[in-house]
Amino acid sequence: MSDELVSVTIDGLPLQVPEGTMIIEAAKQAGVLVPHYCYHPSLPSPAVCRMCLVEVEKAPKLMPSCVTAVAEGQVVHINSPAAKSARQGVLEFLLINHPLDCPICDQAGECELQDFVFQEGRSGSRYDDYPKRYAPVEDFGTDVLYVPNRCILCTRCVRFMEDVAQDGVLEVYQRGDRSYIGMEPAHKLEHPWSGNVVDLCPVGSLISKDFLHRARAWDLDKTASVCPGCTQGCNMTVDTRDSTVVRLRPRPNLDVNRHFMCDAGRADYRWMNRGDRVEAPLHQDGGKLHACDWDTALDEMAALIRASDGSVVLLASGRAPCEALGWTMRLAGNNVRAAAIKVPIGPEAPIGAIPNLALRAERAPNLDGARMLGVSTDWLAAINAVKGAELVIVLDAELDDADIAALSGATHLIHFATAVEPRLAHADFVVPIATMAEEQGVFVNRDNRAQRFLPAKSAPGMARSAWWVASQVWRRGGEGRRAPGTASEAFGSLAPFDGLTYRDLGLGGRVVATSPAGAAR
Amino acid sequence: MGYPHPIHPKETPVLSKHFGEVEARPYAGWVERGGYVALKKALTMAPDDITSEVKASGLRGRGGAGFPTGLKWSFMPKEDGKPHYLCCNADESEPGTFKDREILRWTPHALIEGCAIAQLAIRAETCYIYIRGEFTEPYHILQRAVDEAYANGVLGANAFGSGRRIDIVVHRGAGAYICGEETAMMNSIEGRRGNPRIKPPFPAVAGLFGKPTTINNVETLAAVPAIINQGAAWYAKLSLSSPKSTGTKLISVCGHVQRPGTYEITMGLPMKELIYDLCGGMRPGRTLKAVIPGGSSVPIMTPEEVENCPTDYEGIVANGSMLGSGGMIVMDDTTDIVHVAMRLAKFYAHESCAQCTNCREGTAWTARILERMLAGEGKESDLGLLLDLAENMTGKTICVLSDSCAAPVVSGIQKFRPDFDRHLNVERPLKTAGV
Amino acid sequence: MSTHETAAHETVFAGAVLAKLEALYPKYPDKRSLLLPALWMIQEARGWISDGSVAEVAETLGLTSAYVRGVVTFYTMYHTHPVGRHFIQVCTTSPCGICGAEDVARALVKETGCGDLGATSPDGRFTVIEVECLGACGFPTPILIDDDFIENVTVDRVPAILARYI
Repeated sequence: MSDELVSVTIDGLPLQVPEGTMIIEAAKQAGVLVPHYCYHPSLPSPAVCRMCLVEVEKAPKLMPSCVTAVAEGQVVHINSPAAKSARQGVLEFLLINHPLDCPICDQAGECELQDFVFQEGRSGSRYDDYPKRYAPVEDFGTDVLYVPNRCILCTRCVRFMEDVAQDGVLEVYQRGDRSYIGMEPAHKLEHPWSGNVVDLCPVGSLISKDFLHRARAWDLDKTASVCPGCTQGCNMTVDTRDSTVVRLRPRPNLDVNRHFMCDAGRADYRWMNRGDRVEAPLHQDGGKLHACDWDTALDEMAALIRASDGSVVLLASGRAPCEALGWTMRLAGNNVRAAAIKVPIGPEAPIGAIPNLALRAERAPNLDGARMLGVSTDWLAAINAVKGAELVIVLDAELDDADIAALSGATHLIHFATAVEPRLAHADFVVPIATMAEEQGVFVNRDNRAQRFLPAKSAPGMARSAWWVASQVWRRGGEGRRAPGTASEAFGSLAPFDGLTYRDLGLGGRVVATSPAGAAR
Repeated sequence: MGYPHPIHPKETPVLSKHFGEVEARPYAGWVERGGYVALKKALTMAPDDITSEVKASGLRGRGGAGFPTGLKWSFMPKEDGKPHYLCCNADESEPGTFKDREILRWTPHALIEGCAIAQLAIRAETCYIYIRGEFTEPYHILQRAVDEAYANGVLGANAFGSGRRIDIVVHRGAGAYICGEETAMMNSIEGRRGNPRIKPPFPAVAGLFGKPTTINNVETLAAVPAIINQGAAWYAKLSLSSPKSTGTKLISVCGHVQRPGTYEITMGLPMKELIYDLCGGMRPGRTLKAVIPGGSSVPIMTPEEVENCPTDYEGIVANGSMLGSGGMIVMDDTTDIVHVAMRLAKFYAHESCAQCTNCREGTAWTARILERMLAGEGKESDLGLLLDLAENMTGKTICVLSDSCAAPVVSGIQKFRPDFDRHLNVERPLKTAGV
Repeated sequence: MSTHETAAHETVFAGAVLAKLEALYPKYPDKRSLLLPALWMIQEARGWISDGSVAEVAETLGLTSAYVRGVVTFYTMYHTHPVGRHFIQVCTTSPCGICGAEDVARALVKETGCGDLGATSPDGRFTVIEVECLGACGFPTPILIDDDFIENVTVDRVPAILARYI
């Protein structure tokens, strides 16, 4: 694609698009969606579904808009009678064998066949008198069920496995109307990114076992978010039903994850729904933790920090966002003895053909944000610093037995917690905080891209964002201090992000300057 | 010659002169009959001069599309530093067509020589001859001939001592009509499913293995040695229809004629003479009902259309059909056009590659409707439905297989409506009544 | 030419057959192109292409099994299940269809004892299928028995022709 612009007219709207743009993409810029099935912007285009045929003036026949590039002066009609009638023909052909089992199909409500048939298909089929083709449901592997009856042979799944994942376990078998998507009996969809075939399938032929019959698409609330699984920072959508997370799906971002998300990230959402949450601030009273109100907790914590002019250790979760890390660091002030996030390590799993896209070994979404904020990844050093420190702040870190043992020697302990931790019953304070699914925040991915996530559900009880708690305690620590009123302000007031607002980041994120001089790396 | 019949006085044997002569098959026999003189001459010519000569001859693709051969060769890039390929299309499988088969099994060296000359013209060291899997005998004969050509120094690293490399590889298909479509053929040679490719890119830009490629039919290539030997002017003048349709054309005639076979005629010979003189006309007591003149993918002609039709590219178009591959199916008054259309629709449904929705589903649906019509279970609305499906199968897909399925159905309904009406209005009521 | 494969998969590409395949390598710029020739060699050796053969070809040419199966099932001349000792293909496409090919097909099914198109006779001797256009339309009805191309077959010639195939 070049920088040269060409002028085209699409459904009467003149516009300029870069030379080499396919008509189907140019149409999006004109605000027109050309109905299509086989085309997908992150896959090679075979132009086989024939749904996206459009009328191009002076062309002898309808042209497939997914593989026809714009040309100077081109006049395109997407909704002309000829184009509409061709689409109606394709839809009728596709419905020959597609069962009308929408009421029991998981895809209903987000099905491209259902949508386009409703939009412009015939009201009835003329393929009467003949039974539809039948083949039983098959288990395709980890999370994928194959319902062959619903397949429209768009081959997106085949192309994803072959061309993107580079693990060609799916193929079109047979030919003509006997064709189907086949896999060898000895094989499964074992590739760590294979779950994407479920999202790619435009109909309900490849469906998620995990999501099976869990919710109807139209009952879901969708929230833009970022996967907390690793340093890649794949953009995702959190689907919730009545404040319960039921599904994570990739959200397109051509600079980060294109249209994809790995299976590990997609599967890891149950912790967002856990029930054993801390729902009120707890403080020590008579040798035991007791609930108190926020004012009491905030005042007492401020008093504790004022009193302890000794050193502070911060032990944070690898999932802690910039706002939480930055404000707990500010709370600790100049007395930070050590600050670290815990970074779980796992095997790296690249997608295949897309450069710079992988499930990363460092399973911490904000590793680079932490570095920018002066928080290290040397967990052991921070644990070793606990002994002799005046105050330890645990920011929802996942603690193993050794960590717990080390913390038993802490002089004072404030535990910012999402879940109840009986092993830290000696903490001075337990602060109920929101998970990343319940708050706004920013992760900085491995390419220094600061990316926002939004609250998909409400936090339980009195739980608040960690940055809010930290900033409120900090405000109480000195005259003239003003706590941020919004998450965006909390973010922009941190040194590395100087003055940036959430609006500046947008929903696609923004690359921020690399770590400032002096920050720990 | 009108193999398996003797040469008819109205034939012009150029390619078919030695059909039926077992002695013409081996290398020695072919050389005795003037073989490989043209190749030796071509080895002394500049590639562009060979192309110019073929261009001047007016030779057009004999596989069906009729595209000017020299022009096609001239699309190949020059001095681009990439390997070039020639593909010879010996996947003859268009119902009604069996002319290339005779070249393959009687004069294989004519084809090899034509390939070699074409390779020189388009600067392709390697030619793949893609022969359909069902052609078992022609395959063995052709392979033997290629081996002989290597043994005699015609092919290989130093063709006829010229220092030029000319390689020919015979590649066997395995039962897929669609591989006769040039881009599907390239996929098949590459070891893929025989799915037609989207054009552009055109083969001359990015074809076989992504390299510049020309695809020519067997008959086209086999005509090249004679053109090099005797000159473009001679070839062009063989035709009654020069300059638009030049040279001779092999027409394979089948169906209800007295002498079915492969005839070589000058372009422009009246179709009626072909059917009645060369082929001996209808079987006794029968009259002509319909002709499919260019392989099963072209519209059906009525006797009225045949009446004054010259057998050449333009003449047949003017009379409602196309010359196509030159496979002529002649039908007498015993023929049920609905049955013919049903068998053809079944053929296309069987051969659809499955890529394009319209073809995959449309061909099979069309066949089912015609089958039920034949079974006396047709509906009044079926004719309209068939025409509507045909509309949705024409000009909508990557290749023309679904168009080919639609063409005989549409022309059948338009020109032979009584056959369809009989099934709907006579046989269906009888069946419904339980008679 | 056809034999039934019953035992576990035995390697086909060894010794002379492997040498034959390897001799083709220089004729193509990549190994994928050897897929159709390799499948023909398997079928010649075994009579059909089993799951084990699919895996072996995939392994030999560096392809996935699914890919190979996609190709095998695209081309109708590759047998994906065992067939009779003699495999009969009878052309019933239009040009032959208007000259009595369907009667010839019925006669072949009856005389071989196959019972139905696509089925193998109880003695394992024959399998008969209808095939689309054999490209010999001037010689109705052409049939292909194994590699033998037989033209002008009529119903009354069927018994004599079959007698030649034991």
